[in-house]
Parts: sequence; C-alpha cells; structure tokens
Amino acid sequence: MKAKKILIAILPLVVFAILVMVFKSSLNKDPRELETKLVGSPVPSFKLASVTNPEVILTNDDLPKEIFLLNVWGTWCVSCYAEHPYLMKFAKEVPIKWVGMNYKDAPKDAINYLNKYGDPFVYSISDVSGQMGIDLGVYGAPETFIVDANGMIRDRHVGVIDERVWNSVIIPKLKAIGWEQN
Amino acid sequence: MRLIYFLALWLASVTVLASENYQFDSPEQEQAYREISSQLRCPKCQNQSIADSDAELSEDLRFIVYQKLKAGDSKQEILDYMQKRYGDFVLYDPPVSPKNYVLWFMPIIVFIIIIASLVKKVGRRELQPEDEVK
Repeated sequence: MKAKKILIAILPLVVFAILVMVFKSSLNKDPRELETKLVGSPVPSFKLASVTNPEVILTNDDLPKEIFLLNVWGTWCVSCYAEHPYLMKFAKEVPIKWVGMNYKDAPKDAINYLNKYGDPFVYSISDVSGQMGIDLGVYGAPETFIVDANGMIRDRHVGVIDERVWNSVIIPKLKAIGWEQN
Repeated sequence: MRLIYFLALWLASVTVLASENYQFDSPEQEQAYREISSQLRCPKCQNQSIADSDAELSEDLRFIVYQKLKAGDSKQEILDYMQKRYGDFVLYDPPVSPKNYVLWFMPIIVFIIIIASLVKKVGRRELQPEDEVK
C-alpha cells in the first residue's frame, strides 16, 4: 500500500520529466524547417532554358548521372548573396557537381549576378514562372537538394550552406548515400 | 487621432486583400476558391493561410488554386497537389498518421484511465459497510 502511495507521488514528477524531454528536443529544432515529401521521388520533370545559354533547353535527361547538388537561388534572395562565396569555394575544392535552379528571376539579372560573383554551377535552370519551384516544394531560397545518380531526390536542406553546415550536415548526408570524396 | 490611425491601417489591409481580381465561372467556384485557400497554410509565413498571407509564394499558390479550379479540378485534387509538394504541413486539417497519434488518442486514453480509476474507487467504497454507518 505504501509502495503504491509513493508511486502515485512520483507519477507527476515522471510526467514532468517526460514533458521536459519532449520540449527540450523541440528547442533545438527550427520550426521553419519543413519536411519534404519529395525524398525518394525523382526530380520533377522540367523543360526550361539554361540561364547562361538561353537557346539551350534543359530537361531531366541533362541532369548529371552521378550524385549532385541542386541549388535553388535567385538574385532577389538576400541569403543567396551570403551563400554564394561558399558555393564558389565548395565547387572549386570539392569534386561534386552543382546544378543551379534560378527561381523566379529575370534571366538578365541572373546572368549579371553570375558574371559579378562567379558561376559555381555546371548550368543553371531558368525557372522564370516559378512552376518548377512549386513542383519542388520550394518555400525559402536558398534551398539545396541532394540528388543521386538515378535522378532521385535523397534529401533537402533549407537555408544557407556555410562551412559549418557543409561539414556537419551536407557531407555526412552525401556520404550516407554512397558519395566518396577523393 | 488613434482611431483614425487604426482606421487607416484597417483600410490598408483591406486593399491588400482585394488586390487580386479573379473572375470565376460561378459563385460555387468562388466559394470553393475561398474554402481551399483558407485551408492551405502558407509554407513561408507559417501561421497564416495562403488566403491571408501577402507573401509572394502565397500569391503563386492562390493562382494555382484558381487555375486548377478553372480547369475543373476538385477540391481534393488541389489539396493533394499541394500536399505532395509541401507535405502535411500545408494542410490545416492534416491526416491522422503515426506522427500525430499522440494528439488524437491521448485524450481518449487519459479519459479511459480516469473512468477506470473512478469506477474502481467508487466500487470499493460501496463495499465498505463502515461508510454507511458514518
């Protein structure tokens, strides 16, 4: 009987401890980071012009046949300016291809941007209307999709990729799907 | 003075909401448009529906809702289209899934536990004759 009383007395404490743990785990999560339903499905089909060569029409067949990164950017996107130097650095130092997706931008502005700050992309897809962005579930540029050799989306990162994110988030995720840094 | 200030703010918000002027085929279609756009959450500005939000993304999504209604898509088809791209998050009425079992079933479980413990307590009391003596 006494044991039962002690148990009942402890119960609120246990409930409190569980709640603390639940709330604690949420503290470290960014509520703006949303899941994507696209993990495990192919890059949505597109047929859009290249930013730098407007006469070239790009489709899914033009995507690299290896693990690559698809970066959504725009000249209207303030954070993209912060991210750009990192992209230049990674593109130079790390043997992985970056495909750009220029989201809701004027091609003229996009070309100026690449001329001024450098072009880390093998090519940039020009999504002037924003339809491809919607098909990708883009809600906050910059966003980076990890795509495998079969054109399947394996992961997504929303927000700026800097040195820290690159080493602690992107590289481990790339390695997890079999990418090797030579 | 303050009243005028608030009135001005209110008027400003009204004009923002009225900035899109879509032409609908029927009042039902317009009704459906209002319903759907108030049931979709803006992924960019998380506590607003796409009907309330002035974010550019919401504007684009509203336009898609409008286009799809015009093309004859059903409400469910449009909600599915959005869910496929933005996840359960975009729906203000998300489906029951393991992720939210706790929310759905916890109240029922707690209710059953309380009823069970009450029944046990009351049942025991009735069996004790000294209660009646008092």
